[in-house]
Amino acid sequence: MTVHPGDAIGVFGTNGAGKTTLLRLLATLLKPATGKATILGADLATDARYDVRPRIGYVGHVPGLYPEMTLNENLSFIATAMGIDHEVVESSLAAVGLAGAADRRAEVCSHGMQRRAEFARVLMTKPDFLLLDEPHSALDGNAVDLVDDLVRQIIDSGGAAVLVSHDRSRVENLATYSVEITGGTIA
Amino acid sequence: MTRTSFWTQAMAITKRDVMRERRSGEVLWVTLPFGAIALLLIPIAIGTDRPTLRAIGVGMFWVIVMLFGVLIAVRQAHTESQAQRDVVALTGIDPAAGYVGRVIASFMFLIGFEVVLAVVTVALYDVPLDGWAWMPLVMVLVGAGLSLLGTLAASIVSTGRSASALVPLLVAPLSVPLLIGATQTFEALRLGRSSLTWTLMMVIVILLLAIAGVMSARTLQES
Repeated sequence: MTVHPGDAIGVFGTNGAGKTTLLRLLATLLKPATGKATILGADLATDARYDVRPRIGYVGHVPGLYPEMTLNENLSFIATAMGIDHEVVESSLAAVGLAGAADRRAEVCSHGMQRRAEFARVLMTKPDFLLLDEPHSALDGNAVDLVDDLVRQIIDSGGAAVLVSHDRSRVENLATYSVEITGGTIA
Repeated sequence: MTRTSFWTQAMAITKRDVMRERRSGEVLWVTLPFGAIALLLIPIAIGTDRPTLRAIGVGMFWVIVMLFGVLIAVRQAHTESQAQRDVVALTGIDPAAGYVGRVIASFMFLIGFEVVLAVVTVALYDVPLDGWAWMPLVMVLVGAGLSLLGTLAASIVSTGRSASALVPLLVAPLSVPLLIGATQTFEALRLGRSSLTWTLMMVIVILLLAIAGVMSARTLQES
């Protein structure tokens, strides 16, 4: 599987087929036991994969927010660690429709709002390679459009995206091409 | 986006942990009261014979600090999810900076915990205050040692399903040199001997733990 700049790839498969494992490998969060993969020029089997991490935007299906912290504090923590201007935090939250909820703790936000905050985090880091696991789940109509806009924004600016989903019709509208994964093998 | 320094990253982690603790109050409202109650229960159990309480006061203080301090130091083993660890890893934060940041946060909580328990010990056990000028130094050494050890242990077991059971098993034996160092420092002072050997032992333990934690941070993050 080759992903070129400007590509958006849809990955489909049954439960347990290995979609999330593939995404975590591409996100450099797992090291391949066998085989070979290169992301943004870095071989995933080597320590070079650590260097490209800030260029990867990954949203898993479980939100990685700290429940005791507000949405603003969650994003500010990432911004400080990555050297991103704090003004970008507010604009990113506003871009996903969460300006009014910025000071709300993540634990009192709905799953959909937490997902939006995750997309705000990705928007803030301006990744070259976007990886989304079930990007449309738990989102209302407006938020689904926001995700689609985010993907288009990344690929239009020369980035690439891989989207793992069960919602084939929705993702195929966005994808340059699609692949099927069965028993851990890409068809 | 500009590449941030090691200390900026470490301080971001410290700030995050302090903020989470301030909101959850786990140390302040759960561990600290239980530690104070444990100190209160001992005189009730063994009687209020003043010479006995004076004799065991310092030792009891350090035992309670060790037992409950471990809970403070290892709390991140069960408060950080895989998804949260993934987000932190993808920021590109140096794992060693992450380790140092978590150690600093734990150290701050432990120092506060030790200070409150020291006051409770003096009040309940009527311990003589000879040699207590050394107390701040020993508290800092024990706080540093426990936070380094607890953070390292939490990193080792953080991805396992048996974290809650494994952490005390890892930390308890390794904290023994700190307990011996702390109690023997005061014993040496009480007997008018030099406590330098015990202090040095604690410093060496701390240095070894710091080196082990920093050197293994990347491996543990990726495991």
